[in-house]
Amino acid sequence: MSAQDSRNGSMIAVQGLIKRIGQQEILRGVDLEVARGETLAIIGRSGGGKSVLLKHLIGLMKPDAGEIWIEGQNIIGMSERNLASIRQKVGILFQGAALFDSMTVAENIAFPLREAGERDPKVLRKKVSEMLEVMELSGEEEKMPVNLSGGMKKRVGLARSIIRQPSCILYDEPTSGLDPVVSDSINRLIRRLQRRFGVTSIIVTHDMKNAFDVADQIAYLHQGRIHFHGTPDQLRQSADKLLQDFLLGRSEEQLTPKGFGVES
Amino acid sequence: MLVRFFNALGRPLIRFVQYLGEVVVLGADTFRSLFTHRLRWKLFLNQMVEIGLLSQLVVVITGGFTGAVFSAQTYFQFHKIGMGSAVGAVVSVALMRELGPVLTALMVTGRVGAAMSAEIGTMKVTEQIDALRALAVYPTDYLVVPRALAMMVSMPLLVAECIAVGIGVGYLVAIFLLEVNGTYYMANMVRWTRNRDIIMGLSKAFCFGILIVFISCHKGLTAREGAVGVGRATTEAVVNASLAVLISNFFLTMTLNIIYPAGYQ
Repeated sequence: MSAQDSRNGSMIAVQGLIKRIGQQEILRGVDLEVARGETLAIIGRSGGGKSVLLKHLIGLMKPDAGEIWIEGQNIIGMSERNLASIRQKVGILFQGAALFDSMTVAENIAFPLREAGERDPKVLRKKVSEMLEVMELSGEEEKMPVNLSGGMKKRVGLARSIIRQPSCILYDEPTSGLDPVVSDSINRLIRRLQRRFGVTSIIVTHDMKNAFDVADQIAYLHQGRIHFHGTPDQLRQSADKLLQDFLLGRSEEQLTPKGFGVES
Repeated sequence: MLVRFFNALGRPLIRFVQYLGEVVVLGADTFRSLFTHRLRWKLFLNQMVEIGLLSQLVVVITGGFTGAVFSAQTYFQFHKIGMGSAVGAVVSVALMRELGPVLTALMVTGRVGAAMSAEIGTMKVTEQIDALRALAVYPTDYLVVPRALAMMVSMPLLVAECIAVGIGVGYLVAIFLLEVNGTYYMANMVRWTRNRDIIMGLSKAFCFGILIVFISCHKGLTAREGAVGVGRATTEAVVNASLAVLISNFFLTMTLNIIYPAGYQ
């Protein structure tokens, strides 16, 4: 199979992605491929560029170099307006949920449908209550986002991004800042969406339980490159020191601040 | 030495030109979207309430007290040379050509411009603008177009209101406090005030509205992280928009005066 064929076959393909922010090179040539229906967890250290990578996949950030294909369509160089068609297919859950704080829960969830031209209040209400049921949030329609807990916000954000039934969902730290029980309910939700709608998912996380719970494939992003890409079992069995340190939460010597006399 | 001098001079200059360019591009994008994409009526009407309706009190007070004090000061001078009844003409022409548009614009900048940049800035730093984009909504269509259109409609009306109230209050002050003859006051005012004075005032109002809305929205859209970023964006929006109003006012006066010359002809 040629490179082009595999791009057409996969949901998302990334090649040689480079991104600088200010003086710092965040991504230094990321290559990644995600098959249709697959769930990929991207793990890595905080500040390692995971969220930046995710934002590139939906065109929210423009790379300095490299290519990104979504369902065989190259999105690099597409104008903001043309990207709209891609964004119908790909939903994203932001780290802070990014709910519109001037709207109620119901209005937030109905927003994508209303923007797509659905005006019938009955249809909107029905779809919103269906979504809230999936998210185990029934009865919270009229609440404002400021009155929601972190976990509820994430679930509303998730409802908003999947109401138009995208074929791919990107999750930015879906479980960060949540207690273990709520985290587990989010993991369950992610798995349910996989099963029920057969969506492709990419999950950026540094919560290993989250990654092992939901992922078919795990990629480890290290210093702006994909250092490892394989199944959760391959990751567990890997002898790579970097991966083992990450899995076991061991800090390296280089983390010691300079000027403490440790380094020569 | 010389290189450093030119560096110090050049960098802010380049930044300034880039800033102007960004505001102009936002404006162009908004006008393109205004004519090529469907308008969100609900958002537009919300903004009309926000900009037009809720600015009433501020505008009425601004117009009223400006008219009052201008009428009194003019009378104090004109009275000495027996021209007390000419106060009405001076007040009305001054309000229409300069005071009405400029003062209203400054008040609207403080009230509406600040709110716009703070609101959009907060949306920016909480990823709500990214969320709009991710949900296939173009932020200019959703955020800037309704505000710009509401501003273009509201500003001339607000300025007209400010001028009318100013003239009315100026009249009351002159007649009841300073005992000018009301008939002569009105006769002189009508005689010296022309349609072109009104057109000039409203043209300025429209231009100021455009300046305020694009400067404020641009600052909001480019706000940096955190509460500090939003605060800075808001302050800069108000300062820049106020300066833009005052500076452009001079050039508008000089240009519009060619088309609508001042004075009795």
